[in-house]
Amino acid sequence: MSTAPGNGRELLQVQHATVRFAGDSGDGMQLVGSQFADIASLSGSAICSFPDFPSDIRAPVGTLGGVSGYQLSFGDQHVTTPGDAPFVLVAMNPAALKVCLPELQKGGIVIANEDAFTSANLQKADYGANPLEDGSLDDYRLIPVPMSRLNDEATAASSIPKSQRERCKNFFALGLTLWLYDRPLQPLLEWLMRKFQRVPEVMAANAASLRAGYNFANTTELFRVHFQVAQAKLPPGRYRRVTGNEALALGCIVGCHRAGRPLVYASYPITPASEVLHELAKHKEFGVRVMQAEDEIAACCAAIGASFAGAIGITGSSGPGMALKTEALGLAVMTELPLVVLNVQRAGPSTGMPTKTEQADLLMALHGRHGESPAVVLAAASAGDCFHMAFEAVRLATKYMTPVLLLSDSFLANSAEPFRIPDISSLPELCVPLTATPENFAPYRRDPQTLARPWVPPGTPGMEHRIGGLEKEDVTGIVSYDGGNHTRMVALRADKVARIAADIPLAELVGAERGQVLVVGWGSSYGAIAAAVDELRREDQPVAHLHLRYLNPLPRNLGELFPRFERILIVEGNRGQLKTILRDQFTASFLQLNKVDGRPFLIREVRTAIQELLSRE
Amino acid sequence: MSKTTTGGAPDTAAPASDCLRVLTRQDFQSPQTVRWCPGCGDYSILAQIQRVLPELRVPRENFVFVSGIGCSSRLPYYVNTYGFHTIHGRAPAVATGVKCANPNLSVWVVTGDGDGLSIGTNHLIHTIRRNVDLNILLFNNRIYGLTKGQYSPTSEFGKKTKSSPMGTIEQPIRPIQMALAAEGTFVARTIAADPAHLRETLERAARHRGTSFVEILQNCRVFNDGTFDDLKGRDAAEDDRILLRHGEPLRFGAGERKGITARNLTPQIVDLDSSETPAGDLLVHDERANSPALAALLAALEPPEFPVALGVFRALDRPTYDSLLSAQITGAAEQRGQGDVRQLLNAGTTWEVE
Repeated sequence: MSTAPGNGRELLQVQHATVRFAGDSGDGMQLVGSQFADIASLSGSAICSFPDFPSDIRAPVGTLGGVSGYQLSFGDQHVTTPGDAPFVLVAMNPAALKVCLPELQKGGIVIANEDAFTSANLQKADYGANPLEDGSLDDYRLIPVPMSRLNDEATAASSIPKSQRERCKNFFALGLTLWLYDRPLQPLLEWLMRKFQRVPEVMAANAASLRAGYNFANTTELFRVHFQVAQAKLPPGRYRRVTGNEALALGCIVGCHRAGRPLVYASYPITPASEVLHELAKHKEFGVRVMQAEDEIAACCAAIGASFAGAIGITGSSGPGMALKTEALGLAVMTELPLVVLNVQRAGPSTGMPTKTEQADLLMALHGRHGESPAVVLAAASAGDCFHMAFEAVRLATKYMTPVLLLSDSFLANSAEPFRIPDISSLPELCVPLTATPENFAPYRRDPQTLARPWVPPGTPGMEHRIGGLEKEDVTGIVSYDGGNHTRMVALRADKVARIAADIPLAELVGAERGQVLVVGWGSSYGAIAAAVDELRREDQPVAHLHLRYLNPLPRNLGELFPRFERILIVEGNRGQLKTILRDQFTASFLQLNKVDGRPFLIREVRTAIQELLSRE
Repeated sequence: MSKTTTGGAPDTAAPASDCLRVLTRQDFQSPQTVRWCPGCGDYSILAQIQRVLPELRVPRENFVFVSGIGCSSRLPYYVNTYGFHTIHGRAPAVATGVKCANPNLSVWVVTGDGDGLSIGTNHLIHTIRRNVDLNILLFNNRIYGLTKGQYSPTSEFGKKTKSSPMGTIEQPIRPIQMALAAEGTFVARTIAADPAHLRETLERAARHRGTSFVEILQNCRVFNDGTFDDLKGRDAAEDDRILLRHGEPLRFGAGERKGITARNLTPQIVDLDSSETPAGDLLVHDERANSPALAALLAALEPPEFPVALGVFRALDRPTYDSLLSAQITGAAEQRGQGDVRQLLNAGTTWEVE
């Protein structure tokens, strides 16, 4: 940290910062959190954010169950997670303080709305005494601010009802925080102008509260220091912020557009996959046909029917919903139709913890169908990567006429990060096997290279044919119960998926080319592993990171990379599923770091595990 | 090598569709050997389908037959159009996906009492409710045939089968009432043993826009022989069935000398020769009534007290799911312009990194 003069107070330079906004679910914490993330991004920082919604639909006001939080980390390019522990906690009521305090860094800053620390609210949060007064926060820098009162004064001139004015106090808190991190107000004022164009009184009240918060921080003696956070060296280009679920939807739309086929998305509402349904339902002008099915089974079947009829059928779900789709996935394997299945994983089994994250559906994605039933399995590593992997899912499904399962999870679904907007023309052309002609047509006459069968949708003259779930004779597609033919078809279906290994990128090492420890991950453990390995590399430790985005088939160079390391640490949010897969195929010293507490990995958890391995003889 | 000869590759000898050429029954016969039991009612249904299809003046490549699992669901293999033999009970869902992708296709769903009313009831109800433009043919033989003789959801109470040796203890589901409860826009019942009625009903179903639900009463020679014998022959059946004709009084029996009236919504049979009820008091069939009450009353008529009603219970014009879906898509494009993926990706707050 270095200091610089600013407004007569200390301005400290830091590489990155972690902030959490927390309040009641009606306090607008998600809104101010995401606005802060945008301001941080616009100022050139890398960001990664993660909301923490209450699991109850509407818990009573002021209770512990009703706390809604939004955490974000921002700073230089090494920011890849929402941060292990916040340095600043903005607590709008006692319940928010109680829920979030255990994670705050010792010595961190608590900005509390002291007006909300009434005896009734303290009681709801199970506080015997007021923590702002009883010395229990002595390990932190406590900054009590009468936000409700100051907000009331700042918006007194407004004509909007008092209850509506009270709701502006989240912008007061945001103003305080923007000053604390030396960020400009202007972009936010412009955003308010756009957002509340039709209701100028609401715009004015929010803007007044925002300015009041900023000015209060600037003029009072409460804040002795503020911070300037480093900018990130990100690859050049135009950026926006996306959540994983938004990116999945965008990737599907762009993929289908590139393939020149209509997108049919059939889905049943389920947490945490529903936002994909909502996002796609918004974009009908792209010809996106969204069907909210009566159940998960119908959703998968409708997507398969759509693919049969020449669209790209996509379905999405989570946990128990995926279990219900299993039978239909077998049909997609048998009929060799292009199908994309998005699985936004959540903690299971059964209803499990619907709002909590987990990576425990890998084995289900790979093997969870009856019979020999190979399918392509991909996993997105970050929110932005959800776009690229969704596009990739469409590419592989259509080129190879196969179902593709794409794994995301609750953490990726809701976390947000800067996303470099791709140049459409730079995305790969998709080759769709819609080229059959009636001469010599047979429904299972495969492309010798890809082994894809031809895609001939109804409406195509001269090639009327029947497909179905019964085993088919090689080439002709006639129903066949012949044992030899079945053996051949089982092998062909497996070979088709295995051959895709030649059409996907090689796995890349980040860090040491060889050495003591290779950390292998897949899916959302990416951010924590990347940050932990990055920290250790800057300390010259012999570690590397390899992240798998293709789980079936696996990249073809793993057998060459694994022997270069003494130990391989597999980090995943389950009890060792990837380890099972890798141990089956490769001989190496595989060790594991697992976690199933419903939360994403922390950087320090990964770092500690690596250090422990490095210290072993 | 044991191989069945159903399914698969097209009859490549058949000419590509030519709108100017009138299609015939032969155009819809696939080269596959039909493999139902001798005497099965399905043969009759297949034959009538193949007769009706050419009448519809739809290019052959635009027909799609989608089925689930069961004896009936083998039918797509025998019709030389596009076909999809899917999984148990799910044909309505697959067919809905087909219509979402391409609303111009003429899509037929073939299902049975087990497939459509047991494992797939949910899909059937919701498809009818949505009014997807499909023709759903439910072959009802009141038994599981493919799995060799267990009772089905339409089996009569007390029926003895392999899985109910002491008789079933379940009340049967009534397919027509279920379709009416789902606000079906075309609901009909016919019988495989009466080819003329079957053909006429299929043709009307095909011409209806929206979900056409047709229950086809059908004999299973092996596992439930004679289940609808009462209704089979025209002579023997006069007292046991009543033909629904829109706008006409409900009369049946020899010389149509019996009729149906209702008192307090309870149906009653009247003998027009002996009773004092004038013919003008008979119920008059109205398939276009907005209320499904009369149709439901007629659907519930059952032997031995009453004749079975055959024909169209309900036929209403209502917007179809697929046309509404297409209208929203064109509407969105008119309102917001054809989607531009560059704009889509650049929406919201964006910033440049140099």
